[in-house]
Amino acid sequence: MDLDYELLRRAFWPLVKGALLGTIPLSLISFALGLTIAIVVALMRISRHRWLSGPGRAYVSIVRGTPLLVQLLVIFYGLPEVGVTLDPWPTAILAFSFNVGGYAAEIVRAAILSVPRGQWEAAHMIGMTRSTTLRRIILPQAARVSVPPLSNTFISLVKDTSLASLVLVGEMFRRGQEIASQSSQFLVVYIEAAAIYWAICLLLSAGQSRLEKRLERHAV
Amino acid sequence: MPSEDPLLEVAGLHKAYGDHVVLDGVDLSVDAGQVVALIGPSGSGKTTVLRSLNGLERPDGGTVRIGEVAVDFGARQDRAAEDRLRRQSAMVFQQHNLFPHLTVLQNVIEGPVRVQGRPRDEAVAEARALLDRVGLAAREDASPLRLSGGQQQRVGIVRALALRPRLLLFDEPTSALDPELVGEVLGVIKELAQQGWTMLIVTHELAFARDVADDVVFLDGGRIVERGPAGVVLREPREERTRQFVERLLRPF
Repeated sequence: MDLDYELLRRAFWPLVKGALLGTIPLSLISFALGLTIAIVVALMRISRHRWLSGPGRAYVSIVRGTPLLVQLLVIFYGLPEVGVTLDPWPTAILAFSFNVGGYAAEIVRAAILSVPRGQWEAAHMIGMTRSTTLRRIILPQAARVSVPPLSNTFISLVKDTSLASLVLVGEMFRRGQEIASQSSQFLVVYIEAAAIYWAICLLLSAGQSRLEKRLERHAV
Repeated sequence: MPSEDPLLEVAGLHKAYGDHVVLDGVDLSVDAGQVVALIGPSGSGKTTVLRSLNGLERPDGGTVRIGEVAVDFGARQDRAAEDRLRRQSAMVFQQHNLFPHLTVLQNVIEGPVRVQGRPRDEAVAEARALLDRVGLAAREDASPLRLSGGQQQRVGIVRALALRPRLLLFDEPTSALDPELVGEVLGVIKELAQQGWTMLIVTHELAFARDVADDVVFLDGGRIVERGPAGVVLREPREERTRQFVERLLRPF
């Protein structure tokens, strides 16, 4: 196979632009919202009240039990049916936050439960309420434990955002599709896009290691 | 010697998990300034008594009074009263339970500043003075994870003292320590006894109990079997069960 270097060169900048303006902000926004959902749902799930833990469990079950692509398309086609018309970007952000929220909720829940019981008891002993204990004592310790698995979720999300091309979001993969279909050289452009995804994920992995080292230094 | 107005008064304390009765009517009083050691086999309920005083367990029945704050656990739950009750005492845990994400100083001032709302400067000054008294002034910025077991437990004691409780509770404070570190912790507790703190100590250290405690209480099966001056209960107990337990601890083989 002859590599079309001219095409590689021509596609590079549009792809990077797609990553910088599409993939990365879409990932960051969806992750931030998803993590917020996750903390709320994790707290619901560890609640003693069934009316809180039940819906929390159902939500996690639905997210984990259905394909992300289906979730995305159900939101894309389903919301207009009930009279809510959203632009591609909000649609994608909604779907990805919803999805990340379900997975991260389990991570956050496990991290909260991994904090020893004695920490709750010591906080109770010094007079803290349950909510202050969570905020000041439990969540800071849970945050440390959850960095590796949450990094994993984030890296998955970055790659999953390629699905947003299907709901017309101009992220990197959609740019790739446009260029590829003009030149009808799909393989070259898609491999180039794959390489850029990989590069982003390498950077993220490096960032994760640094974050873990920093937290460890403070911990020990 | 018991006066008319003990600081701590426990009457008819009862607690069961399903069919398993942990506390079967415990009556106990401790005078201000008195040091009482709770001894007994594991499962005798001694730790549950302690935890009931600090709101870590909720008894099914009985009353607890510390100072002027009284709670009847048999009556309808009064959260405000139970909160007030738990603030009368402070506990030192077996596994110190220090907050690993905070420094030593932050561990000590968390309660006074965040919960009791005392001015930060004042709380810091008091915390430093307390840390100095247990020989840890130089470690205030250290992570608790960097301290030895004995140092951790001394910080645990300072954290309890900083809450300005009327009653100090110790739950086997040296059981989790390496033997060579036990002395430094017991030394601090002994000093507190000499300073007049009212203390209730669950312990297996009989020699320490004899040395520091005014009274020793022997529990078995969720009931108080015997109480008396430390020297008497540990040397010539009235009850056969107490004698057997003391012998087993002194001569384990």
